Amino acid sequence: MKKWQCIVCGFIYDEAEGLPAEGIAPGTRWEDIPDDWSCPDCGVAKEDFEMVEA
Amino acid sequence: MAPVVIVGSGMAAYSLAREFRKHDKETALLIVTADDGSAYSKPMLSNALAKQKTAQALVTATAEQMGLQLDAEIHTFARVTAIDGEEHTLNIGTEMIRYSKLVLALGAEPFRPPIEGDADSVLSVNDLADYDRFRQMIEGKKRIAILGGGLIGCEFANDLSSAGYQVSVIDRNPQPLGQLLPERIGQELQSALNKLGVDWHGQDTVNQVNHNGEGFELILQSGNKISADVVLSAIGLRSRSQLAANAGLAVNRGIVVDSYLQSSIKDIYALGDCAEVKGAVLPFVMPLMIGARALAKTLAGAPTAVEYPAMPVALKTPVYPISVLPPAPSVEGEWQIEQTDDAIKALFVDAAGQLRGFALSGSAGKQAAVMAKSVKL
Repeated sequence: MKKWQCIVCGFIYDEAEGLPAEGIAPGTRWEDIPDDWSCPDCGVAKEDFEMVEA
Repeated sequence: MAPVVIVGSGMAAYSLAREFRKHDKETALLIVTADDGSAYSKPMLSNALAKQKTAQALVTATAEQMGLQLDAEIHTFARVTAIDGEEHTLNIGTEMIRYSKLVLALGAEPFRPPIEGDADSVLSVNDLADYDRFRQMIEGKKRIAILGGGLIGCEFANDLSSAGYQVSVIDRNPQPLGQLLPERIGQELQSALNKLGVDWHGQDTVNQVNHNGEGFELILQSGNKISADVVLSAIGLRSRSQLAANAGLAVNRGIVVDSYLQSSIKDIYALGDCAEVKGAVLPFVMPLMIGARALAKTLAGAPTAVEYPAMPVALKTPVYPISVLPPAPSVEGEWQIEQTDDAIKALFVDAAGQLRGFALSGSAGKQAAVMAKSVKL
């Protein structure tokens, strides 16, 4: 499981946790999140995230 | 055909350029910027000290790299001095450039507080160069006074405290983000900052900043005095609109634009912190991203109005993170507070029982994006 960080606001998407409140189940891998998904904190697109060390 | 010209190289400018290239790979794109054109995330500036990030480390791409990525020409250290909307030209000093469409993404500048004494020594951090200067100024120093306990002031207070500095915050409201947060959550944030060592001076303002040995003495309205080595102002921003006003564009609190982000002069648009969209200046990332997406389509030939959803703002104070969606000022209602062990949920509900805004702290913050969908604007 990996973590992805929004390069704009620092929000972290943790694959292990998912985002259950948004209907993204724990364990959902980054590549399985739809391309039109955007950062819940600042609204930047999925492409503006990068992998961070867990 | 003359290029599409974007003035500025902040988040609004580069986000727009990136979105534009998704729809149009042919039209020439020129970016004109007064600074070095480095791409960086402005919200990171108030969160980077504790992580020991240098200004250089915050640069995600140089102007040269951005130019390649965006297939754009980028003129750095070039300040636009005049715009002629009739002729579709702009000037950089004596150099004249023709545009087909022009986008002003000029950002905002720090509001200078009316302070007696050595007001020029009061710093602000509004861009990467400011951040770099600030880091050098605080090197080897200990006490930092922050003017303003709003969003940016609180983020800096948290960041500087975590980095080992002694921080005092002076704010005209009794508790942090007094304009934005319900009292209960503001108090919790204040007490969390307090535990970190932040000294909060509420309901007070700074009247004078005087040199005192190596540092400064601040004299407050209340008569209280604070000693500090460095004074940082975070009392707010003002849209950069002088260039637009000189060019005859309608300007109010920002450059006045319609829902297509077009100004009062055809083919000139404004985006981000410098723009007043349908009567509101929204200096946050989410509105500018949404604006950039719509404007990119408009510039590429498919006129698209901006439609803002409910947009919560995240306060990046790691010691007590908060997501807030303030109710519109005209909405009447009351805060309903639910407290659990590690979270406070404050819901602003009108007389009809409709959710009109919220503030979520701790673990409740994760629900912000979903909860925003059920807020009536």
